Amino acid sequence: MTQRGPFLFFVILLFLAGIGTAAYRHDNYQIPILPGTEQTVWQVEARVEFIAQGGATQVYLTLPPEQSGFRLIGESSASSGFGFEVSTQEQQRRAHWTKRRASGEQTLFYKLDLVQDPGHHVEMPGAREAKDQTWDEPYQTAALQLLESAILVSADAHSLAQQLSSEMNQAATSQNLSLLLDRYSPEDLMASLLNTANVPARTVQVLELEDGRRRQGLRNLVQVWDNDQWQLFDPMTGEVNDEQLLLWQTASPAVLEVLGGSRSRVSFSIISQSRPAATLMDQSAPGFDLSLYNLPVAEQSMFKLIMLLPMGALMVVVMRILVGLKTSGTFMPVLIALAFLQTELIPGVTSFVVVVAIGLVIRSYLSSLNLLLVSRIATLVVVVIGIITLFSVLSYQFGLMGGLTITFFPMIILAWTIERMSIVWEEQGPQEVAIQGSGSLLVAILAFLVMDQQLIRHLAFNFPELNLCVLALILLLGRYTGYRLLELHRFAVFNR
Amino acid sequence: MRPLRETLKGWISPRALANRGVLGMNRRNIAYIARYNPRDRYPLVDDKLRTKLVAQKARLKVPALLHVVRTQHEIEAIEDDLTDLTEFVIKPAQGSGGKGILVIVGREGDEYIKGSGARIKLNDIKRHLSNILSGLNSLGGKQDVAIIETLVKVSAQFSSVSHEGVPDIRIIVFRGYPIMGMLRLATRASDGKANLHQGAVGVGIDIGTGRSVTAVQNNKLINRHPDTGAELDKLEIPDWKQMLNLAARCYEVTRLGYMGCDMVIDEQLGPLLLEMNARPGLSIQIANNQGLVPRLRHIEQLEDYYVTVEDRVEYAMRTFTYFPAEVRQQTSEVVMPG
Repeated sequence: MTQRGPFLFFVILLFLAGIGTAAYRHDNYQIPILPGTEQTVWQVEARVEFIAQGGATQVYLTLPPEQSGFRLIGESSASSGFGFEVSTQEQQRRAHWTKRRASGEQTLFYKLDLVQDPGHHVEMPGAREAKDQTWDEPYQTAALQLLESAILVSADAHSLAQQLSSEMNQAATSQNLSLLLDRYSPEDLMASLLNTANVPARTVQVLELEDGRRRQGLRNLVQVWDNDQWQLFDPMTGEVNDEQLLLWQTASPAVLEVLGGSRSRVSFSIISQSRPAATLMDQSAPGFDLSLYNLPVAEQSMFKLIMLLPMGALMVVVMRILVGLKTSGTFMPVLIALAFLQTELIPGVTSFVVVVAIGLVIRSYLSSLNLLLVSRIATLVVVVIGIITLFSVLSYQFGLMGGLTITFFPMIILAWTIERMSIVWEEQGPQEVAIQGSGSLLVAILAFLVMDQQLIRHLAFNFPELNLCVLALILLLGRYTGYRLLELHRFAVFNR
Repeated sequence: MRPLRETLKGWISPRALANRGVLGMNRRNIAYIARYNPRDRYPLVDDKLRTKLVAQKARLKVPALLHVVRTQHEIEAIEDDLTDLTEFVIKPAQGSGGKGILVIVGREGDEYIKGSGARIKLNDIKRHLSNILSGLNSLGGKQDVAIIETLVKVSAQFSSVSHEGVPDIRIIVFRGYPIMGMLRLATRASDGKANLHQGAVGVGIDIGTGRSVTAVQNNKLINRHPDTGAELDKLEIPDWKQMLNLAARCYEVTRLGYMGCDMVIDEQLGPLLLEMNARPGLSIQIANNQGLVPRLRHIEQLEDYYVTVEDRVEYAMRTFTYFPAEVRQQTSEVVMPG
């Protein structure tokens, strides 16, 4: 080959650069090479959006209290032009942004770093006695009757709460209960009922910590004072024993209060990292740091996916150059695999096959219309969106929540896949479609299995420079002139 | 252990394959196509109209171009163009795999008789042309033009061999030297198409003599055509040297170092060039039961490649043959390679 030397030198340089940077950062910033050896660090970002009305503006955001299981190791706020302070009122911490004059769309960020630490224990201020609860008629009668029957079959605060939630969760609710639910939300009702029964209880809002979530809201739950500690209950499912719940608000004021603004809302992004807590404390890492940690959390969780793409591309290169599998559309399998990461494998594969199959049937009708290419693809995009909508609605009707994740599939790519498959069908027959279709699916599944590895995900995000090594491998494979695995079968006739 | 051995029978070790000199896809792409085929020459061979025009300029023999239909507007006036034609072929300039080819073998009153014997009206021809222009047959649905050319008449000896369609001959030309040849015969299984992986029969043709060497269908050796029953081991291509000359001259026209030339033999006109391919497939090795690599290497090592077409053909015929020199002198008797 021409210029083999410089090429090899370049590839080795890339490889060493990747490994070297990774080793340097491991050494200097103690970023762990293996996942799970360190404590999990949750980064939670609250994003407040509102439209300021031009005058003095004040924004209050309730902040999570100190609580067991999580250790607060840092918090910060990004908000241009706003004054910021954290104040504590009656054990409730609140972030307070102020500005003399603000107008137009405003976005405020509050970022929180938490270490998950089961050993961390905080005495939550308890409730000595239940709040007085007053009911209006006819709700009073209904509530008392409901309580009476529940108290009969329960022994203590805990079992009473459990009993109430299972009552609420019954398919056929009693008349009393439906009357009450018309007026009160389930969590308010449950707290009120418990307080009436002299069991201290309150409604709280919690944040579910799940890696890579964006634009999450808070979840309403009920806390019940039982055995000298607060116990979480979901009115619809009963007791909640989940470590991944961050208690955000316990007192009554709203989570977000905006004075001088309208259409305000708050949403949360969550990401987990396995950085040692020590480096988190010391955010000011000296010099040049190739890390993604400094990005806003919402972007970080996007980069968690983006950084996996080179690995998927490498899988495609391996499967096509070393194995010789045919795929429809070179990198379509990677995008499909990316969608699988969101949908999980089995629902993902099923919905992919269903959408493409239905699409092919409709496309075969389109081909009899003799449309021009662009409008044919555009038609397919609309058709795909239609199929996906139908699929989501149907699966929701049948109670299959997995069907909803189908929206993660890249629709334009699906439309092109259908178009290409159908051309192959017409030109080379259904057999070739089966070969290319299953080839694409196989590569997508393999790429998914690789990208789904905990280790690979960890390395790709925490050591993005390792993608230089992936690049080196891809370049190297681009010069591979040996046989493909499947050619050993194709040319088996030369065995004689 | 039986099933394992059975499974392994369908596979060959890379070393054995390399020993047989078989060219793989990766090596073909990197070491031959990327290296010897200048990218800017591709449009010349990907568009059959351009190929034909260039071939005519270079006085390569091709089926004569009768008309070109470029716009829907021209379709309306097609009747005048067709008035004195009784036999012709309509094909898309950028069609692939034999798609969109309409063969008319005769006329009766208003009706046109297709190759299969079916009769169609002028309106059907117009619709066919319209479909071609809108890109129905071209890869990816690109806009296309339609070519109308003379019908190739295959000699009776040849048409009896193939199930349907015109048997065509593919010759790999490397740096102007014809290095391997194959006759492709459509079968019922391949639906009249000459694609090997769709079940067409491939007959390896000896470069030195034009005689058939081996025949394969679906990677299995065969002796007779599965549909016509014609014997495939005693075939001999007429005007073979002329054909090699035609293929070798394509190199001067296209300057593509590694290409496949597809040709047919007309009863009166002799070998005609149909199309050229800048990315010829690898199945020709199976049909010949012979790897391409030794031949490619051999040509790569030649230093004097400013030689005439005739010299190149002579050299290839001398070098790439299964038959000893004395056999090649006598054309009547057929000897199979041992």
